[in-house]
Amino acid sequence: MVDTAVKTEQVTRQVSDAAKPTDALSARLAALSLPDGGFTAAARKDALARLTQMGLPGPRDEYWRYTDPKPFNAAQPQPMAVDAGATDSPLFSDLDTLKLVFVDGVFDAAASDDLTLEGAQIELLSAAEATSRHWAKDLYGTLETSGQKPVKRPFAALNTIAARDGVLIRVTGNPSRPVHIIHRRADENADAIWHHVVKLEAGTELTLLETGMSGARSNGVIEADIADGAKLHYIASKRAAHQTVGLSHIFARVHAEAQLKSFTLSVNGSVMRHEGVIEIVGDDAVAHIAAAVLGDGHIGPFHHDDTVFITHAAERCESRQVFKKVLKNGAQGVFQGKILVKPGAQKTDGYQISQALLLDENSQFLAKPELEIYADDVICSHGSTTGAIDEEALFYLRSRGIPHDRAIIFLVLSFLADALAEVDSEELRMQINDRLEAWLTDRTGK
Amino acid sequence: MLKINNLHVKLEDEDKQILKGLSLEVPAGQVHAIMGPNGSGKSTLSYVLSGKDGYDVTEGTASLDGEDLLEMEPEERAAAGLFLAFQYPVEIPGVGNMTFLRTAVNAQRKARGEDELSAGEFLKAVRAKAADLKIDAEMLKRPVNVGFSGGEKKRNEILQMAMLEPRMCIMDETDSGLDVDAMRLVADGVNALRSPDRSFLVITHYQRLLDHIQPDVVHIMADGRIVKTGGPELALEVEKNGYGDLLSEVR
Ligand SMILES: Nc1ncnc2c1ncn2[C@@H]1O[C@H](COP(=O)(O)OP(=O)(O)O)[C@@H](O)[C@H]1O
Ligand SMILES: [Mg+2]
Repeated sequence: MVDTAVKTEQVTRQVSDAAKPTDALSARLAALSLPDGGFTAAARKDALARLTQMGLPGPRDEYWRYTDPKPFNAAQPQPMAVDAGATDSPLFSDLDTLKLVFVDGVFDAAASDDLTLEGAQIELLSAAEATSRHWAKDLYGTLETSGQKPVKRPFAALNTIAARDGVLIRVTGNPSRPVHIIHRRADENADAIWHHVVKLEAGTELTLLETGMSGARSNGVIEADIADGAKLHYIASKRAAHQTVGLSHIFARVHAEAQLKSFTLSVNGSVMRHEGVIEIVGDDAVAHIAAAVLGDGHIGPFHHDDTVFITHAAERCESRQVFKKVLKNGAQGVFQGKILVKPGAQKTDGYQISQALLLDENSQFLAKPELEIYADDVICSHGSTTGAIDEEALFYLRSRGIPHDRAIIFLVLSFLADALAEVDSEELRMQINDRLEAWLTDRTGK
Repeated sequence: MLKINNLHVKLEDEDKQILKGLSLEVPAGQVHAIMGPNGSGKSTLSYVLSGKDGYDVTEGTASLDGEDLLEMEPEERAAAGLFLAFQYPVEIPGVGNMTFLRTAVNAQRKARGEDELSAGEFLKAVRAKAADLKIDAEMLKRPVNVGFSGGEKKRNEILQMAMLEPRMCIMDETDSGLDVDAMRLVADGVNALRSPDRSFLVITHYQRLLDHIQPDVVHIMADGRIVKTGGPELALEVEKNGYGDLLSEVR
């Protein structure tokens, strides 16, 4: 911690000497209401200095070559009707969970359960901030800062500066129910920014669900610290309206023998970007990050970007990236995935696969897999494929009397199965599969 | 039941004629066998009848109970009662065998205006039929044909046939790759389905299968045509002498 403090000071000094925010960034910041923060004040200030120095991204930035940052750079989001998009009940709503409802990124106590859960301490960022000492103080903005190297993530810094709310979860046991964060929309102009901090103490386990959409534009950050032998299952489902602009970051630090299992289901949207930044810092740890994406460009442009950076900094660790995108009507999918194996991270087992199923010839998938390895005794592999519906399989299904459109749904589910398999809980997996099937059925009719 | 008249088929993408005037009629309740050397067009015939893309019918007709098969989509042909047991059943990862089968059964029932089977009714039927074919519950739960042995895939085809209760069953080399026990299971499965209003077209290379499934008529196919038609004794002749004598005889 001492180290970070020293570095922070240096950065702040440099900034005041050299950088002034550009006009675009000034306008972007001016449009936000910036909380003072209590225990987060220093982190917010530091993030402002960092963002001022790095600036907003442009198309020349290496990791923004495939995705136009314009909708995220704009001072204000494009207004979006509140009733646009999905009307179905959020996924997992019939499960026994601790429900935490956020409306445009701000906690809604009346719609939520009590914040009591055995084996966990749950608070709200907005409420806890007033205190000066808090367990989350060591984490808020810290993993985000660490995740800025070697690749800049300006919108994560922006989030640390401006997040109004979020949930702080410290897991001390093995809660019997998942925590379910449900996002809703109320204001057609909302620029929703939330920031969750999750800390799993050694040997604990948590299932964290996050569903729904918020804001006309959204920016969500999760910082998760997973101590020795602890296990975090994170499952997100985002069914967006076709106009939705949103981005998210998950920064996770995985300690010895700990596990992170992350799965995101993402449907529709206009411009969506999800970044996963995972540092494996303890031996024998496991990190899996997976996503299933359905994109349809039939109403407006669809562009979906998954950008992942996994750092192996310990021995005998396993990482797995499984990304599957189903694209149609001119939809665009992007995958940028990197595995960095640091010196000494021997016996690393790193795996990455990104695949797109293009349902027509207008859709496009761009993949940029990267491996950077500084240890000699490791196994790392990556692969990327782009393909169309398998005609043999389609004929096989139809020859059994299954109508064409239904057969396509089967083949889409078949294509996504490897990503869904990353969800450990069979119950959750089945619910995701059923919902996916319902969504696909719904879409075919349009 | 099945009537094929002067069928000419070429590949859609290539100037290659595969079926060159094939005629065949399978009356209700009968079992017909088609034998013939590799490459004579047997699988192509089964694909064209069931509606696979990639072929052009340039001449001729094919009908099922008077309905023009060639005008229908594959799923419509299935609902009309046509079934093809594939020579190479397709693996579909991520789709459970049971889900697949139940969807197929109910899609056909719906297309025919019949009530769909409830989960319970379906389960009961599939368990009984699977047991007859020695297909265990674990295999039913797995994704369609994934990790199935050659024999298991073929038995799974027969299970589908038993559940879908088609009127016209085409079996494309269902016996190839089966050991003696599996062959008996398949043959028993087929024989159990034999009835006065169900017909079979059994494509095979071997007499073996026809020992178990007694055909009424045997056709010899070569170079895209039926070149000889006879009784079960024709299969024995092929078994003994190969196709050489038969083919030189018709030339
Ligand atoms: N899709 C295809 N592309 C190219 N050649 C094909 C195709 N389908 C069939 N053929 C050719 O047509 C002929 C008949 O094939 P097939 O119907 O599989 O014969 P059989 O089942 O009697 O062995 C063979 O020469 C085969 O190579
Ligand atoms: Mg063949």
